[in-house]
Amino acid sequence: MTDLPPPATQPPVSPQIGVDEWVRRSGERIVGPRGALGVVVRAAERTPRIVLLAAFVGLTAAIPALTTNQYIVGVAADTMLYVLLAVGLNVAVGWAGLLDLGYIAFYGFAAYLYAELSSGHYNIHWPTWQSVPLVIAATILLGFVLALPSRRLSGDYLAIVTLFFLEIFNNFTNNGYAWNWLGFGATHDVTGGPTGLTNVDPFHAFGHALTNRPADYLWVALAGFAVIAVALTYANKSRTGRAWRALREDPLAAELMGMPVKWLMLLAVAVGAGVAGFAGTVNAAYYQGVFPTTFYFPLLITVYAMTILGGAGSLGGVALGAIIVNVLLEVLRAPDHARWVFYALAIAGLLVKLRPWRVLAGVLAGLAAFGVVVHAIVAAVWPRGVGGPIAVGPTSFTTHGFLATVIRHWMVLPKHTYTVDNFRLGNYAFVIVIGCVLACTVVKGWRRWVLLVPTLWGAAFVWENVLIEQAPTTRPLLLGVILIVLMATRPAGLFGQTRVEIV
Amino acid sequence: MSETEPRKQPLLELRGLSVSFGGLSVIDGLDLHVDEHEIVSVIGPNGAGKTTLFNLITGVFRPDGGDILLDGESLVGLPPHKITERGVARTFQTLRLFLNMTVKENVMAAQYVRTRATLLEQMLQLPRARREEREMDVFAEEKLGFFGERLMGYRWNQPAYSLSYANRRRLEIARATATRPRILLLDEPAAGMNPVETHEITELIGKLRDEGGYTILLIEHDMHVVEGISDRVVALDHGVKIAEGTFDAVATDPRVVEAYLGASATVTK
Repeated sequence: MTDLPPPATQPPVSPQIGVDEWVRRSGERIVGPRGALGVVVRAAERTPRIVLLAAFVGLTAAIPALTTNQYIVGVAADTMLYVLLAVGLNVAVGWAGLLDLGYIAFYGFAAYLYAELSSGHYNIHWPTWQSVPLVIAATILLGFVLALPSRRLSGDYLAIVTLFFLEIFNNFTNNGYAWNWLGFGATHDVTGGPTGLTNVDPFHAFGHALTNRPADYLWVALAGFAVIAVALTYANKSRTGRAWRALREDPLAAELMGMPVKWLMLLAVAVGAGVAGFAGTVNAAYYQGVFPTTFYFPLLITVYAMTILGGAGSLGGVALGAIIVNVLLEVLRAPDHARWVFYALAIAGLLVKLRPWRVLAGVLAGLAAFGVVVHAIVAAVWPRGVGGPIAVGPTSFTTHGFLATVIRHWMVLPKHTYTVDNFRLGNYAFVIVIGCVLACTVVKGWRRWVLLVPTLWGAAFVWENVLIEQAPTTRPLLLGVILIVLMATRPAGLFGQTRVEIV
Repeated sequence: MSETEPRKQPLLELRGLSVSFGGLSVIDGLDLHVDEHEIVSVIGPNGAGKTTLFNLITGVFRPDGGDILLDGESLVGLPPHKITERGVARTFQTLRLFLNMTVKENVMAAQYVRTRATLLEQMLQLPRARREEREMDVFAEEKLGFFGERLMGYRWNQPAYSLSYANRRRLEIARATATRPRILLLDEPAAGMNPVETHEITELIGKLRDEGGYTILLIEHDMHVVEGISDRVVALDHGVKIAEGTFDAVATDPRVVEAYLGASATVTK
């Protein structure tokens, strides 16, 4: 940084306009994050990537040794599959800048192909060291073939065409139980249809087979991730990686500077497909089955959310994004965990966004007082309205615990006579809360702070009475809110580089 | 320079080049040649077809008629990256840098066409990939060193968007030279520069020819630049060549004056 540039080759008569000590030393004046976060960030920046990767792989591999809870190990194995998917998607989306919405079809294709080659469906049981390389090669080839007709497209058009491929794949897997070759010959069952293929072999080679313990597949996925991460990091730092980024920045300039843009597009899609191919084989072997519903839009959206949240373009970022999103989705599954996430995020959001501190203190105090007052009024007028228990699971309730005690005196929870009763009140409140949120965006000054109090309390009411008991709806909803808030504060994702489009 | 040598096959030759967009003839039967180590300037009023000419040579557009020969071999129909591989590199009138890549990366990216390591070799860091990477690095520094200290040292790892306008123009030239071209097409290299910088870029273009050994085809509106360095000047108007020769001859040509100033203008020079 402080090395002086080599002596000028320019004749000394020309003015030294571009050489500016202030600009030259600008890097030294950049103040990074302060406090504990700054220490962590600077330490992470100083540490070589390979050390970070080794630390991550080592710690993750130790999870089965640290806990006997098979649920946690299972979540870890699932998360590693998501990490692989996000890292593969990052090649096309983050590096080459191609909006590839057919990505999940590669994952599904590989899983199905592995299942065909290692199950009783055709009674083929290839050893893993033959089937997995073949499946990965076939998926890479499929990547090339699918990218071929789309190589002239970019942006929205590429997105539409690739989305179409995912749709075709889904149709094929759903209806492939009665496949005939364009009318020649009898129909036969290729994909198992809506019920998929089951009894798929675990990974097995040379007389040994993996059990279906999550730990085994966690390690397999982790080993694959280590190899892929190193290979992709090198690829990104070399001529192809630079060409991908050049293609993302300006395809026409890249082409005119001698980069074969169409070939690079094919390559990016195919490399991503290869990573998804490996993940697909692990998926099929781990779950010992493949099902058409797995490889469809919800998964596509989840993996995109992971990539964007982590910061498309940063390999470590998207891996971390995958971990955060999947762990969060698991935590939100249980209402008593989800409750902590909800309140922690709400309070954290207030702490970060409300300035000056007088407003913050006012809103928090108002929020506490508002809840207690409403609780007291309802208790006096309609006693049944505050007698409800606090949900900790789909059918289980509690009255104990710190948070439960606070909620019991602050929140209005109608007693469950009919479940419908509860939900109906919550649904009305939901509409009112949305109205309040809209009003909050319109009014200004002290009115907004005053309005914020009933809005937040109303949100908590809806949360306690409806959402917390409906985990399948609540999880994507809460995840969506978290994503929106995060993208509003950090548009480039957690670890993405903020890109400058026009200067 | 070329006058002292025996007449050879020109490096770049356009024969009867024509293109029209939606019935509007933009380039019409243009003949043009650029000899090795020559600096040829193309001038003409706005809309004369100068940039279109560059787009035809570099393969962005395909000509309707005529031929483009580089060292006797036709470039017509080749995709742009193949034309670059043959030895034609250009800069853009409206800058088209890879803004979010670093200064050095911009130059290294342009060496894609001169390197051969496959993706697998890069992933496994096999000897060829590592050697090429080292060579690219050294070569990029050398190309950036062509501009004195302006693009050196601390600049290398800064994103291209952080550069000043004049430095971006310089970086575009550095990026174009990194493709190891035989002929450089510079599209208004002095546009938007102040007089000092214009003077400097004029010297630089001469240096590119004398020290870099490039042949240069130049589009320029600034007549000081054109006058200072051109071996030959070609004037275009409505896609037709209206004059060709030394700067003085072209600048006083009645048809050129008419094209720039209108038919009623009298020749005063």
